[in-house]
Amino acid sequence: MVAKRIIPCLDVRDGSTVKGINFNDITRVGDPVSMGIRYSEQGADELVYLDISATREGRSTFLNLVTQIASNINIPFTVGGGISTIEHAADLLKAGADKISVNSAAVKSPSLISEIASKYGSQYIVVAIDAKFDGEKWEVMTHGGTKSGGRELFDWVNEVQMRGVGEILLTSMNHDGTKEGYPVELFRELSSILTVPIIASGGAGSASHIADVLTEGRADAALAASVFHYGTIKIADLKRELFNQGIDIRL
Amino acid sequence: MIAVIDYDTGNLCSLGNAISRLGADYIITDDINTIRAASKVILPGVGEASTAMQKLRDKGLDRVVGELTAPVLGICIGLQLMCSWSEEGDTGCLGIFPNRVLRLRPSAQFIESGKGNLKIPHMGWNRIDSLKTNLFKNIESGTYQYFVHSYAPEIAENERYAIAVTEHGDSFASALNLRNFYGTQFHPEKSGAQGELIIKNFLEL
Repeated sequence: MVAKRIIPCLDVRDGSTVKGINFNDITRVGDPVSMGIRYSEQGADELVYLDISATREGRSTFLNLVTQIASNINIPFTVGGGISTIEHAADLLKAGADKISVNSAAVKSPSLISEIASKYGSQYIVVAIDAKFDGEKWEVMTHGGTKSGGRELFDWVNEVQMRGVGEILLTSMNHDGTKEGYPVELFRELSSILTVPIIASGGAGSASHIADVLTEGRADAALAASVFHYGTIKIADLKRELFNQGIDIRL
Repeated sequence: MIAVIDYDTGNLCSLGNAISRLGADYIITDDINTIRAASKVILPGVGEASTAMQKLRDKGLDRVVGELTAPVLGICIGLQLMCSWSEEGDTGCLGIFPNRVLRLRPSAQFIESGKGNLKIPHMGWNRIDSLKTNLFKNIESGTYQYFVHSYAPEIAENERYAIAVTEHGDSFASALNLRNFYGTQFHPEKSGAQGELIIKNFLEL
C-alpha cells in the first residue's frame, strides 16, 4: 500500500521563510533550505514551498532558491505561488522542482493544466484549490481566497482531473486557520469520485484531525504549515502516532 | 565516468544532484561513443512511453543501450523502455526484459476490499519487497521508496527478472535485473537516505 503522506508547507518571501519555527539548532532561522532539510530528517514525505513575494526581484530570488533546494534535499518538493505561464513552469523545472502547483491561473485559463501535463507529464502539475462553502455549495475562490473564481468545486475538480492533473491540493477556506479539523465528509466525497490523489490542507490543529482526514476522509496526504512551524505538532511524533493507529505511514 | 543518457525527457537535476551528493562525477550526454565508454550508464526519464521511445530512436540510442556491457540502470520510464512493450501509447520498447508494461489496475481482491478508488498516478512512498541482487545490498525488505507513475512492468508467469515487488491495487515488478541491466520503477534519487544507498550500490556494481 502506498503510504499516506505528511507534507509541511513553507511560505517564502524574497528568499526567506516567513513563518517562525521552533528548531532551536538551526543557525539561520528562516533559511528555507535548512528548514527543508530539517523537516526531511524529521520524516516529512514531501515539501511544498510557496512563493509569496510580491515583486519581480523576489520571484527571481525564489528561482535561485529552487536550485538550492534541489541540490540539498533528497525528497520530492513542490513549488507554487503565482505560476501563470508554461514558460514559468519550464523555468522551475529547469531549476529542479519536482512538481509545481497552480491555483488562480488554472481557474482563469484551464488549458494551462493540459498544456503543462502534456508537455512535462501529469506528475509535474498539482492544482491547488481554495474552496468556500456558502451554505449551499462549495465555491472555488482565487487570488488567495479574495475573489470568486466563478466555478463550483465538484465541477472544477472533474475538469482538473480530465485535463490531466497529477494531484489536487484542496483547502477549505471555512476551516483554514481554525485548528478545528478538516471537512472530512467533503474529502470523503471527493475521494469517491476522483482517481487522482488528494492532499488535504487547512484546519489541522491536532494529530487526530490529521488521522481523521486520512482515514474517514480518505485523503492521500495532509499538508499543514503553522502547526509544524510552531512545533504544536512534531512530524516524527505525528507519524509514529498515525502508524500506531494502523495507518500506512513511512517511518 | 558515469553517463546519464540525455534524450530530452524531463528533469535530470535531481538525479545529477543525488550522484554529486555521493561524491561521484557524471556527464549528461546523448553521444553514443561517450555512452559506450562509460563505466556506468543511467537511463532516466519521465513522461509518456511512446514519445520517450521515439526520442531514443531519433537519437539512434535504441540500438546502443541493449548492447552496453557496463552496468546500466533505468529509472521510471527508463526502466519501462527496457521492457518489451508498453501499453502506454502501444509502443514496442527495447526488449532487454521480456516483461510488458501495463497500466496500473485494481485486482479483484482490491476492489472487494472496499478501499475506494485506486489512485492513479501511483504517487508517493511505497514498500519494495522480495529484494534480490547487490543493487539492494544493505536495504531491508519493506523499505519505502518514492513512486510517480501510472504504468508498471507486470510480474510474468514464472517471473525470473523481478528483483523487487510493490503493491498498488495489484502487485507489479518495481525493479528488474538481467545480466548488467537493472531498472527501478521508483525514484531512488528522490527517496531519501535509502534511495541514495541504492544509487551508491549501483555505482559500486
